[in-house]
Amino acid sequence: MATVETRTITKRFEGHTAVDGIDLLVKEGEFLVLLGPSGCGKTTLLRMLAGLETPTSGEVVIDSRIVTRLPPRARNIAMVFQSYALYPHLSVFKNIAFPLHAVGMPRDEIRKKVEWAASMFGIERLLERKPRQLSGGERQRVALARAVVREPVVFLLDEPLSNLDAKLRTAARDELQQFQRRLGTTTIYVTHDQVEAMGLGDRIAVLNEGRMHQLGTPLEVYGDPADTFVATFIGSPPMNLIESDHVITGFRPEQYLPRAAFAADEAVHALPFVVNRVENLGADRLVYGTLEPPSPQARVISRLPSTVTVAVQPGERHEFAVRIRDLKHFDGATGLKKPGPAR
Amino acid sequence: MTAAGGAAPRVPGWLHDEQRLGTLLLAPAIVYIAALVGFPFLLAVFYSVSDATVGSRGLNFVGLRNFREIFDDPVFWRSLQNAVVFTVASQLLVLVLGKMLAMALYKDFRGKWLVRFLILLPWVAPISLGSIGWLWILDPVYSIINWLLQALRVIGPTDRLIWLGQPELAMLSVIAVNVWRLLPLATVIILAGLSSIPQDIHDAAAVDGAGFWRHLFQITIPLVMPIMLVALLFGIVFTFTDMIVIYVLTRGGPYDTTQVLASYAFFTGIMGGDLATGAAISLFLFPLLVAAAILFLTVARRAEVA
Repeated sequence: MATVETRTITKRFEGHTAVDGIDLLVKEGEFLVLLGPSGCGKTTLLRMLAGLETPTSGEVVIDSRIVTRLPPRARNIAMVFQSYALYPHLSVFKNIAFPLHAVGMPRDEIRKKVEWAASMFGIERLLERKPRQLSGGERQRVALARAVVREPVVFLLDEPLSNLDAKLRTAARDELQQFQRRLGTTTIYVTHDQVEAMGLGDRIAVLNEGRMHQLGTPLEVYGDPADTFVATFIGSPPMNLIESDHVITGFRPEQYLPRAAFAADEAVHALPFVVNRVENLGADRLVYGTLEPPSPQARVISRLPSTVTVAVQPGERHEFAVRIRDLKHFDGATGLKKPGPAR
Repeated sequence: MTAAGGAAPRVPGWLHDEQRLGTLLLAPAIVYIAALVGFPFLLAVFYSVSDATVGSRGLNFVGLRNFREIFDDPVFWRSLQNAVVFTVASQLLVLVLGKMLAMALYKDFRGKWLVRFLILLPWVAPISLGSIGWLWILDPVYSIINWLLQALRVIGPTDRLIWLGQPELAMLSVIAVNVWRLLPLATVIILAGLSSIPQDIHDAAAVDGAGFWRHLFQITIPLVMPIMLVALLFGIVFTFTDMIVIYVLTRGGPYDTTQVLASYAFFTGIMGGDLATGAAISLFLFPLLVAAAILFLTVARRAEVA
């Protein structure tokens, strides 16, 4: 177990800046998710933590030791790659044993360790197979076992679930979290999938274009986004944003409901709109529409749970509203959150 | 005739028949192989059991007499031994050096294209030209190597190494030139093998704590092994069947110490006029090479499937 810290870490590739001065402190035993769209620098940041890339400037600190110039093997970390990167010519046993051989562990101890790691992921019966004879889910378990076996101080996971099919992914997510809780090893997890991030992370760092936009618990980044990027990147469909007088007002689709859904004495902000399209998703309906005056003409989305039974048809005008306290305000120029009135 | 405008060119109907078109397109290759490989091969088989010579029109079947004769010929055995030494030594060097060069070229550095170009040069230059260049480099009087060794005081100012005239040095020289010639192809083949290993595998090995040697011997070499075996097979076949380097540099001398089967067959059959014996010598190579090819392709396949 260890803390991981980056100090104004920057990585420039010919002409473009992949990671731009990120300060990050990962707490001991924490499950931290780096979330962002592709090309946001999250994988570069992870590779710098691993020692696979050298930062242009800034420091990496693992376990209160500056490791910026140290090679990966001197950092006592383990990494799981998106492709799993199993050694194709080695059996599962030898794949898992590889990091142990590298530190010169005696043979019988290696055997015990490999069996321990294999049993942890339920892959004991696969030990003699070659990676090509395994399914995607099995490969992912082997990759995790190989990462765990050396008992590193930090796990670095680079989109380890993205090659699994949807059903397997949910199960794997669950397992991943359980084993992390059990081992209590500091874990940094890269993904572009916000559902994964929200479900797994103790905290989420939202990245875009090499910068960290927000660092907070899943609840914080969803409920109280630091800027319009986080507001629209997290949540599906994204937060509705309306600009007027250099102020951007935001609200979540599930907070935008028919006026009648709120109690009569509730302080609400009425936002009438004309419906363009309705998508029925079963558990809820997505209503796409355009705001009516006096609001500026903006496209908005409402998410109606199936418990709201109001009939909504395209072309109709509806009186929808948002609770005043659910409204978020952002600066029109910078997109940053404005300190709102106290709740 | 209509205007050529947008109309598709008219193709005769029979060209649409895939069967016929396939035959037609394959024909040049088949004719080529039949005329320049198949026919000479059969002719060699035929000659090897006859008493054909350059000097007579008569041709009689003599059974395996030619083979018995070459088995009694000490020069034949010497040539076989030389061929094996020549091939094994040059292939070992080619593999090790080729692997080193390929790894160096795999990394990015300034002027990489120039180095790649220089390394490929021996391969694109005509072999005989290159060998003649080496003939000068290895000249007993004007050898630049001797000059250099004298300048560095490795040998005395009046000492001369007769590179192509002393038995051990001659073998060393032909091996060196052959390595120089085959290295580019092997390097390019191994480089292709290296590039096919995903970067993730290298990254994983680095994170898993492998240092340079462990990485090289447990990850990189096993993964390029199938393709290295292909390079080795090419090298062995080229070296075993080729005689240009030896013909230009030493003509098999001194005292047949660099004579290999291919050159001995040539000197006996063409220069010596004994077509039948020459054919028998050259045919002796054939089963050996077939065996080597089958062996390597099997090993390469197994390494791939494993």
